[in-house]
Amino acid sequence: MVAAVDIDGRAAQLGINWSEINLDSIQLPPGDDFGIASDDEAVYHDDQSEFDTGFGNIIVVDHLPDVLREKYEKLEGVVKKIYNQLGVIRENGLWMPVGPDTKTLGYCFIEFNTAQEAQNAKEKTHGYKLDKSHIFDVNKFDDFDRLMNVKEEWEPPQARPYSPAENYQKWLTDEKARDQLVIRHGADTEVYWNDPRQKKPEPVHKRPYWTESYVQWSPLGTYLVTLHKQGAAVWGGADTFTRLMRYQHSMVKLVDFSPGEKYLVTYHSQEPSNPRDASKVEIKVFDVRTGRMMRDFKGSADEFSIGGPGGVAGASWPVFRWAGGNDDKYFAKLSKNTISVYETETFSLIDKKSIKVDNVVDICWSPTDSILSLFVPEQGGGNQPAKVALIQIPSKVELRQKNLFSVSDCKMYWQSSGEYLAVKVDRYTKTKKSIYSGFELFRIKERDIPIEVLELDNKNDKIIAFAWEPKGHRFAVIHGDQPRPDVSFYTMKTAQNTGRVSKLATLKAKQANALFWSPTGKYIILAGLKGFNGQLEFFNVDELETMATAEHFMATEIEWDPTGRYVATAVTSVHEMENGFTIWSFNGNLLYRTLKDHFFQLAWRPRPPSFLTAEKEEEIAKDLKKYSKKYEAEDQDVSLLLSEQDREKRKALKEEWEKWVMQWKSLHEEEKLARQNLRDGEVSDVEEDEYEAKEVEFEDVIDVTEEIVQESM
Amino acid sequence: MVASSTKYVRITIQSSSHDQTLESWIRPILLKGHERPLTCLRYNRDGDLLFSCAKDHTPTLWFVDNGERLGTYRGHNGAVWCCDVSRDSSRLITGSADQTAKLWDVQSGEQLFTFKFGSPARFVDFSVGDHLAVITTDPFMERTSAIHVKRIAEDPQDQVGDSVLVINNPDGKKRINRAVWGLLNKTIVSAGEDAVIRIWDTETGTLLKESDEEVGHKKAITSLCKAADDSHFLTGSLDKTAKLWDMRTLTLIKSYTTVVPVNAVAMSPLLNHVMLGGGQDASAVTTTDHRAGKFEAKFYDTILEEEIGGVKGHFGPINALAFNPDGKSFSSGGEDGYVRLHHFDSNYFDIKI
Repeated sequence: MVAAVDIDGRAAQLGINWSEINLDSIQLPPGDDFGIASDDEAVYHDDQSEFDTGFGNIIVVDHLPDVLREKYEKLEGVVKKIYNQLGVIRENGLWMPVGPDTKTLGYCFIEFNTAQEAQNAKEKTHGYKLDKSHIFDVNKFDDFDRLMNVKEEWEPPQARPYSPAENYQKWLTDEKARDQLVIRHGADTEVYWNDPRQKKPEPVHKRPYWTESYVQWSPLGTYLVTLHKQGAAVWGGADTFTRLMRYQHSMVKLVDFSPGEKYLVTYHSQEPSNPRDASKVEIKVFDVRTGRMMRDFKGSADEFSIGGPGGVAGASWPVFRWAGGNDDKYFAKLSKNTISVYETETFSLIDKKSIKVDNVVDICWSPTDSILSLFVPEQGGGNQPAKVALIQIPSKVELRQKNLFSVSDCKMYWQSSGEYLAVKVDRYTKTKKSIYSGFELFRIKERDIPIEVLELDNKNDKIIAFAWEPKGHRFAVIHGDQPRPDVSFYTMKTAQNTGRVSKLATLKAKQANALFWSPTGKYIILAGLKGFNGQLEFFNVDELETMATAEHFMATEIEWDPTGRYVATAVTSVHEMENGFTIWSFNGNLLYRTLKDHFFQLAWRPRPPSFLTAEKEEEIAKDLKKYSKKYEAEDQDVSLLLSEQDREKRKALKEEWEKWVMQWKSLHEEEKLARQNLRDGEVSDVEEDEYEAKEVEFEDVIDVTEEIVQESM
Repeated sequence: MVASSTKYVRITIQSSSHDQTLESWIRPILLKGHERPLTCLRYNRDGDLLFSCAKDHTPTLWFVDNGERLGTYRGHNGAVWCCDVSRDSSRLITGSADQTAKLWDVQSGEQLFTFKFGSPARFVDFSVGDHLAVITTDPFMERTSAIHVKRIAEDPQDQVGDSVLVINNPDGKKRINRAVWGLLNKTIVSAGEDAVIRIWDTETGTLLKESDEEVGHKKAITSLCKAADDSHFLTGSLDKTAKLWDMRTLTLIKSYTTVVPVNAVAMSPLLNHVMLGGGQDASAVTTTDHRAGKFEAKFYDTILEEEIGGVKGHFGPINALAFNPDGKSFSSGGEDGYVRLHHFDSNYFDIKI
């Protein structure tokens, strides 16, 4: 930088009157900086191609009434009143043009203090009904250029020639019917085939810094979503992982797919600069395939949470809960005293309004139908009972409801095929000093939705975990006191009794605090995570017998593969050591282990539902022996091949090592004399060699050398 | 102070590739003599004596057969980091945090000479023939880490403190944890916190070779163990690996991966086995489950680089490991202050993987 004084001096030298020069009038040829690099940062950011016009804080409000001179003041007053609520209008910031007939022209300009206020005002009042015939059409001044360029006549979009897309589901056609899994460790994200025959994972795709926070599969496994500073991206394709689409959402923190993976919901929240303000939340809903943003929601974190203890740091994710089934028709948001259900045809509220439910704290969709269950806690110190209700969407008809007394909390668990809903009810005892739990079981598919009450044998038992058997009629409960709680299994129907819940068995004193059903049912893992250091019990619920007990020390995560054939257990980086994952068979055989430092995440690639009908599946299960022959033979071949390969590898390693040893021996021999000298003539090698080699031949050689030494001495 | 535990410790031998499980039984002798964490263990050549050093100030001599404590070497004023014993078992050299290295008469326990340094002595090693000793010193105040070569006089009366050679570490702020004699006293091999293994010329003090950065250790090297014939050596590192190198060419031959930082390594003189010991940092010990620490001495097949089994017992990280030169027993020293002396049962020698 040149000091101002220097410039003045130089100007005087050249005879230039500095004050007469208008610096702005000096124009350099474009693209030439005369060797003087600009210190203006913006120059280096060519990508900022959009110039700020300085009109960002102005909005144009159209469809105002046309009024005569005498009513001008009144209209101005009305407009001001509306917009003053939304931001600070600058002094003389409201300008309503008047035509030659002194009538207003039906629009006005409003200049706010900041662009944010203008944006906010635009969003809030676009479509505002002043009266029946005057609905505001609000645009930002900056948008006008763009809007002017819109052609008057509609041009039909050109039909693009059809080009067959890649088969996004090609991984399902794997010859060995293997499943994929993704792991994140260190900076790397890797996708593997789980290859239990080879007893190791086979790499599919690896990429360092693939994501900036985490990765997630779409519910049917088609896409892998990665998160970045600029937004989210989905990856997939036939052979390798290529980027299929990007979704712009700066600083995206969380993502969620709709169950049919048609839509992607992205979430971003910003901590407020003033700690007393709520953080700002922005949620966008994208169409996964086209990448189009279907709707965005903005607001403070308060609007997206119900203000309970769970909602302090931000909204509880997912904010939008998708209705069950793969048609992705409805999604719901819970907020204070209201449930807002949107439909994806227009991305607006059903019937244009939310459902009012005072004090509702939890909602839960049926996994298969558009039925919403909701829970309202007790009000007025117990005068108004708590309530669990089922609402049909879109009709908003209440299908069933149950009032519950002296309830402290409720938790709702849907069975995966939407047949049953279990509500765990925590009640106060009469003294209100302690809490005991029971279940209300709803049979959704039966007429009138009968409700059954289930209490544990010992109703004071604390309930540690609950899980429905996927697609089944049974559920498992861990109850009792740590460190050795009991595990009970119940069924919703037995052969004799289809309408009543009955207990199958109770396993006493198990080291378990979490339940993991196989996705096909029948098998369950009773897992002791955290405090239990990773105890695993593989249990067959049909036979009510333990298949295997094992331990994956310090395990933090357990996940069944989508077919229920294998289980992955993992130690993630919450622990410093032992990071990595282990693959087990469904019956608890350890297949292989993989250690990875800084292990963050493991996720199996989901599979879409099978096309086979239930009858067909049953048939296959019946004739399993016939089918399995072929696979058993394949297994045999692979294991033979493997042991052959292994033998060869070992042989090669042994040979290589022998080579080293021979080399060392001969060199050691060569240096014998030198060593002897260093040891003042002590013949020292005999004893050393005793440990190394027991070959007689070798000892003979030593004898010979000894003689030579003696001769030379 | 001998506590021979009546309980037998089982080494479980697992082999992932062959579905066989072998068990071997080892009877451990618990040597309780130290009050602080162990730092170093050395057998004499005959394998009948075991020298142990700890962070308390007194190196101790044990009788290997029965674990009897034969005596202590009193005189140091700080943690003793290391020791070495001469081939004829007459001399002991120890290096200590009291900034000295001392020569002792093994039998009488008498101090023969004190080498004084301006910083703690970290490692000592007698040369072939025992006429020279290499001593490494830590970086301390403005002093950089260094390797000193001392001449060891036949007669203690003639002993002088002068160094024959002083080599300064290229990165003087990083500690040299180990420096041992190479082949025929012509080279010195050093390794330390900078994760690099260096081979020096003992004649001139010039650097001859450095380990390849690509294949070398990624974190501080904590331990080093030579083969009986000096042809190769094993290094252990906090990067959770141990690596086997050719002494002459510094070629990486084998690499062993474990789950914990490696503090100690040893090679069986009898079988193709290497033994690794370690555990997390001492500072983290109290916050982790004793099983989480994996305070096991792990056995690996030298050639196949596969884990064979482990010996549990310590309730702190293992800091020192040594095989008896006869290969039939080994000892381990832990952060817990105990030395465990294990004699192999015959089953051990039948292990096949």
